[in-house]
Amino acid sequence: MDVLHLSRLQFAVSTYFHFLFVPLTLGLSILVAVMETIYVRRGDEEYKRMTKFWGKLFLINFAIGVVTGITLEFQFGTNWSRYSAFVGDIFGSLLAIEATATFFLESTFIAVWVFGWERLSKRAHLTAIWLVAIASNMSAFWIIVANAWMQSPVGYVIRNGRAELTDFMAVITQRFAILEFLHTVGGAYILAGFFVLGISSWHLLRRQNVSFFSKSFRVAAAFTLIFSIFELLQGHMNAEILGTKQPAKLAAMESQWETQNGASINLIQWPDAANERNSIQTLSIPKMLSLLAHYNPDAEVKGLKAYPRDQRPPVLVSFLSFRIMVGLVFVFIALSGWAWLKHSAPEKQSFLLRLLVWTIPLPYLACELGWTLAEVGRQPWIVYRIMRTSDAVSPIATSQVAISVAAFIVVYTLLGVVDFYLLFKYARRGPADMPAPAGGR
Amino acid sequence: MLETIWFVLWGVLWTVYFVLDGFDLGLGTLMPFLAKTDDERRIIFNAQGPFWDGNEVWLLTAGGATFAAFPRTYATMFSALYTPLMLLLFALILRGIAIEFRSKEDATWWRTTWDTCMIVGSFLPALLLGVAFANIFQGLPLDADGIMHGNLLTLLNPYGLLGGLLFVLLFLVHGGLWLAIKGDEVMRPRGARAARILWLPLLLVAVVFLIATAFATDLYSNLLRWPLLWVFPILAVLGLLGSRFFMAKQSYWKAWGASAATIAGATAFGVAGLYPRLLPSRLDPAFSLTAFNSASSTLTLKIMLGVALFFVPVVLIYQFWVYRTFAQPLRLEDLERPEAY
Ligand code: HDD
Ligand code: HEM
Ligand code: HEM
Repeated sequence: MDVLHLSRLQFAVSTYFHFLFVPLTLGLSILVAVMETIYVRRGDEEYKRMTKFWGKLFLINFAIGVVTGITLEFQFGTNWSRYSAFVGDIFGSLLAIEATATFFLESTFIAVWVFGWERLSKRAHLTAIWLVAIASNMSAFWIIVANAWMQSPVGYVIRNGRAELTDFMAVITQRFAILEFLHTVGGAYILAGFFVLGISSWHLLRRQNVSFFSKSFRVAAAFTLIFSIFELLQGHMNAEILGTKQPAKLAAMESQWETQNGASINLIQWPDAANERNSIQTLSIPKMLSLLAHYNPDAEVKGLKAYPRDQRPPVLVSFLSFRIMVGLVFVFIALSGWAWLKHSAPEKQSFLLRLLVWTIPLPYLACELGWTLAEVGRQPWIVYRIMRTSDAVSPIATSQVAISVAAFIVVYTLLGVVDFYLLFKYARRGPADMPAPAGGR
Repeated sequence: MLETIWFVLWGVLWTVYFVLDGFDLGLGTLMPFLAKTDDERRIIFNAQGPFWDGNEVWLLTAGGATFAAFPRTYATMFSALYTPLMLLLFALILRGIAIEFRSKEDATWWRTTWDTCMIVGSFLPALLLGVAFANIFQGLPLDADGIMHGNLLTLLNPYGLLGGLLFVLLFLVHGGLWLAIKGDEVMRPRGARAARILWLPLLLVAVVFLIATAFATDLYSNLLRWPLLWVFPILAVLGLLGSRFFMAKQSYWKAWGASAATIAGATAFGVAGLYPRLLPSRLDPAFSLTAFNSASSTLTLKIMLGVALFFVPVVLIYQFWVYRTFAQPLRLEDLERPEAY
């Protein structure tokens, strides 16, 4: 492999890994803050124990989110230096704002929250966790504005051989960015909700700490249902905006080869990229695609054949990641709806509880597939229609990148194993005993 | 003008990073020498407990600000220094995870493993940052396209290594003094002792470095042109002497402040000597990246200046508050708390 492919592999490995931990941070920070709010309002000690138990899991997860973010911040310079020089005027400032405005806030106040239980008033302590929750969600906003600019560049001119900013507000308020942000945090909240539901279910199945975990279950059930429904409606808008902003991605994810008026959606299909057609294609809903993408059953939808081969994203990957993500949303709505209906006495629903335990990984899958669609579907462009990925890579030695990719894979695998081991351990241990780690001088 | 302001801010961000994370890195490196038992090691971990992550973000901000204000420098600097930067990042990953995970299991092998990660993850960044900055001071072999002619070994030249040694010693003394403030009653004297012992080697290396700088680099030429800039090396020297003076009087907060002034003065001296270059080329001065030929557009610089002028002071204020809130020395009982590392 050459520097380009190694760098792509490295970027993919490190961002996928980062994003295994990020969504739980985004969602669980809010749920923990809600629990502590209830504790402060009602003075119910059980909510304090909940805050501490879920907070502990939050911290184990947070640690890896933080350290894997560090490498990402520098990777644009190390591996994508031509890209960085070309877009730094816009993209770099968004990353810098993210660091100054949000990373400081969350890294400082998470420490205040962890170490401040006895040193701060209840309200000051509660403020700390809300600051963490708000800051991490704001950090998601800035990084996604940066990503959205690559997907849909606005507010710039090409001058002096690079993209220069002309309209900052256009960059941070463009519809594409707002939709992408809402969709990503929506997915993160679903993930965190199922995480809490699933772990609570595991304990409820064993009749351990029933009151503690049914309260946790209750906090999460409505939250998860609301955001699952939200994600369905909102995700549709994400797809729709692709019709105008990135029609090639839309065509790839629907595996639509021909440009058509009144294009349909096929419930069952399988792309055959070599022959530029679908090898299977049945159960069509006529005109549905045109309707969904342009709110007009007869509107034209561009097909893949409208683009030269070297400007088409990989079809199968885009198609599958989209299908599976959308399929999962219905699973999430059904399960969280069911959980919500039974939230007054969840411990009696052993079948539901068992299902919920096994649901924990699914939102992770959905989030990673979403990014796969967004990023692979953007190819071959790194900045849509302005710069190709192959023109973006650094002029560096292949051996360097080969070694660093290998190091990423090894180190991250080990870290992942350790982190999930600890998460499991502390999740199973439950709230009853959380003694200080022993030690002796 | 905007470019110059950003150049100054760039220097400020690196300076704050070295002053703050410097003591964490020093503490981690000192651990094998000062801490023998598990509790003693945990005192070292907890002495940086509430602070290390907030400190590390200054590095991210320095990196991010380079990207935003001087994108060509960001692109060239981090691709030219690919391998050392990757080593630095992996080291910082290991350090962060070591802090979070070490005390989450009781097994000896588990804790020893993370202790090793902590030591390596603290020592390596100190060394690499020193080597990298010394090499930047003397110029990298960069061609007109910003491609570096050389490899990791090119960086390990005598002046580069001297810079590495200087940084390590600066951070060790800084970390020792922090332990003298924040440790428990057993560890405080040990930190103070380490700082006292290491002070003399630091002084020697600093003097050698200042002399070598006159031969290996042209940092002094800016000082000769703008004599006001001499305040920085003078600050560094005064800080160094002051830290020894306050160590003798056992006022460790003041000694730590003086050590912070040394680090700040030394960094500012280097940055001032570089001006307006961010990344000098040794092959041809014309290939150097400067605050002017690598800057972002005026609009971006203005917006980012607004962001920086608002947020940096706010961050400094709340971080100052956190330091005050958590300044009291540790006690052995503190290790019993569920949140202790
Ligand atoms: C701010 C920018 C940004 C953000 C938030 C993300 N990415 Fe991305 N991604 C890039 C910026 C980028 C990039 C630098 O632009 C890459 C490198 C090569 C390319 O074409 O785009 C890229 C490539 C890239 C690839 C390789 C695609 C290919 O080469 O075919 C994958 C699989 C991902 N990313 C996955 C992710 C995941 C899982 C993310 C969730 C956190 C993510 N990206 C967020
Ligand atoms: C490739 C793009 C990305 C870069 C450069 C990046 C950068 C970073 C960095 C440097 C950190 C560590 C901050 C610290 O030390 O405290 C971090 C953590 C984090 N990132 Fe990312 N990130 C990226 C993608 C994302 C995405 C897509 C999201 C959310 C949707 C996200 C959300 C977060 C969150 C919530 C954390 C948790 C810890 C923290 O902020 O301190 N990141 N990221
Ligand atoms: C009917 C349901 C859904 C639809 C129609 C939908 C649609 C989309 C589309 C079109 C994209 C690509 C956007 C782009 O290329 O810029 C996307 C990305 C994404 N999806 Fe979904 N999605 C749905 C459900 C979900 C669910 C349930 C999750 C997670 C739990 C999720 C997580 C993500 C993530 C993390 C991304 C990447 C970020 C982004 O581009 O917004 N999606 N989704």
